[in-house]
Amino acid sequence: MEFLFNLISGISLGSIYAIIALGYTMVYGIAKMLNFAHGDVIMVGAYICFFATTRYGLNPLLGVLLSMVVCTMLGIIIERLAYKPLRQAPALAVLITAIGMSYFLQNSAQLLWSSSPKVFQSVVGKGSIKLFDGALSISFVTVVTILVCVIIMIALVTFVNKTRIGKSMRAVSEDKGAAQLMGINVNSTISLTFAIGSALAAIAGVLLCSAYPNLVPTTGAMPGIKAFTAAVFGGIGSIPGALIGGILLGIIEIFAKAYISTQLSDAIVFAVLIVVLLVKPTGLLGKKVSEKV
Amino acid sequence: MNYLKNMNKTTRSNMVTYLMVIVAFVIVQGMIATGSISSSLKGQLVPICAYVVMAISLNLTVGILGELSLGHAGFMSAGAFSGVVAAQCFSQNIDNPVIVLILAMIVGGIVAAIVGVLVGVPVLRLSGDYLAIVTLAFGEIIKGIVMNLYVGLDAAGLHFCMIKNTLEMDGGKMLINGPMGLIGVPRIATFVMGFVLVMVCLFVIFNLVNSKSGRAIMALRDNKIAAQSVGINVTSYKLMAFVISAAMAGMAGVLFATNFSTVVASKFDINTSILVLVFVVLGGLGSMRGSIIAATVLTVLPEMLREFSEYRMLVYAIVLIVMMIATNNATVKNALDGFARKFSFKKKSEKGENANG
Repeated sequence: MEFLFNLISGISLGSIYAIIALGYTMVYGIAKMLNFAHGDVIMVGAYICFFATTRYGLNPLLGVLLSMVVCTMLGIIIERLAYKPLRQAPALAVLITAIGMSYFLQNSAQLLWSSSPKVFQSVVGKGSIKLFDGALSISFVTVVTILVCVIIMIALVTFVNKTRIGKSMRAVSEDKGAAQLMGINVNSTISLTFAIGSALAAIAGVLLCSAYPNLVPTTGAMPGIKAFTAAVFGGIGSIPGALIGGILLGIIEIFAKAYISTQLSDAIVFAVLIVVLLVKPTGLLGKKVSEKV
Repeated sequence: MNYLKNMNKTTRSNMVTYLMVIVAFVIVQGMIATGSISSSLKGQLVPICAYVVMAISLNLTVGILGELSLGHAGFMSAGAFSGVVAAQCFSQNIDNPVIVLILAMIVGGIVAAIVGVLVGVPVLRLSGDYLAIVTLAFGEIIKGIVMNLYVGLDAAGLHFCMIKNTLEMDGGKMLINGPMGLIGVPRIATFVMGFVLVMVCLFVIFNLVNSKSGRAIMALRDNKIAAQSVGINVTSYKLMAFVISAAMAGMAGVLFATNFSTVVASKFDINTSILVLVFVVLGGLGSMRGSIIAATVLTVLPEMLREFSEYRMLVYAIVLIVMMIATNNATVKNALDGFARKFSFKKKSEKGENANG
């Protein structure tokens, strides 16, 4: 029973990683950049929701919506101000800019909302589902997290594969120049990708803080790095890869905590990543790009 | 003078860098002697040297070898912890702190180099962003292991254990105490030793870059396939640069750690790796002089901005973004160039008018 409990907690944590990883992987697929500030957008989303619901007593659902709207705007603004001028710049310059953006968001949050920890009130009601005559109890947050992840995943895959805009997103990620020649507005497509990624980050932030209620300006940093790892693990640029990578990472982390050592869990997660990358250098579902000579 | 003129461009540029470091050292020594240096800046001198060595060693990996590493602090950590343990052991028999520090640096450098080989052999098979994330992962693994390490020293020798403190010692003292990190570190690092380390590392890097191996490494950076086709062994040259860079980071770690009485493993995390990467990128890829200046300025700057302590990291972040856009965006760059040209043109015309008048 303990095994099953750990498995479900792992899937739940993994679902949060997967939602964050989607933001990383979509942005990477289209703009070919590592958006280090993504983890901090999660934090902003969680703060907005915290203030909306706990301080101003808004309906939790409205709080989540508000935080999604704010994060979407934030994502678009970040892209326009910091990343768009660097479209043609070397990858390293963009990476440093993203790191600068990450510092900026963290320190703005610290100035605006102070660094003292806030206790996040879960947006999902307290309580749990009891199975097997109460031998297994799963909290509502866990169930909702997994459900939300599944819904997002289905919606996103449908959106990318079936709609016209999704098609243009795939085209831009394949070849920017050719997409532009076909009359696709590359800039607005990239903006849209940032918008979707940031809206997902808001949801991930709310879910993350509902499960682990301690909210500080650096809340997003470590989950951000883990989710980035998950995206690479599944093959960066691939949406199903982000799901698989995220969930596997969550399960490995919870199992390592439960059965090996709490302190070494992060090291074990990263060790598994390295082993996977050595066997499959482009991640689990990544495309192998052959070099042209 | 003739000798100076006959030197080739690279040698002259290297000499300028050496000279810059020496002049800076002499000025600071003069300031210390006359007591005109603030105590907060004095406390920063050794960390500045350590960060300078970190920056030039990372520049070897990122600028010369052309591979992005996000785990450089991991090597610093490996060097710092092994070096301090070695220093504690040596200081039982050797009284001279300078010799103890040199021996500790050698041990720290060797351990970091061994870790560098262990990391480099699998990692260097990957490239680009995958390599970056794996170096990040290795940095976090090293941090995780060191945070759970317990090392004690007593009459019977060194004792090791992991995760839980189960050491059985009679007397003696703890050297590494798990999450509390290094305790009771002998504070033997001096600014002079820091300066010597910077000079030695510069010497090694400049000579490496101008050697046959250095040209092979840069050829790999510029075009891997072309380099391979002329018979350059990709793995061995990549590993060579990577391991030298790791060993230097280890030595910097020893210098850094022996400046404080306690050091925690979480000091050497991803944020430190990124900080050093920022030095390298802002200083200019492949430019050692740039790295030295950037590391010094960016270490001193936050201290100088103490009065605006609340806003200083915010300002730092904005400066970072603006700098990157200003140096990499074509429109901004052209505008700046145009402005500069206009300005210089004006100057010339003014001169011309003066001559006419």
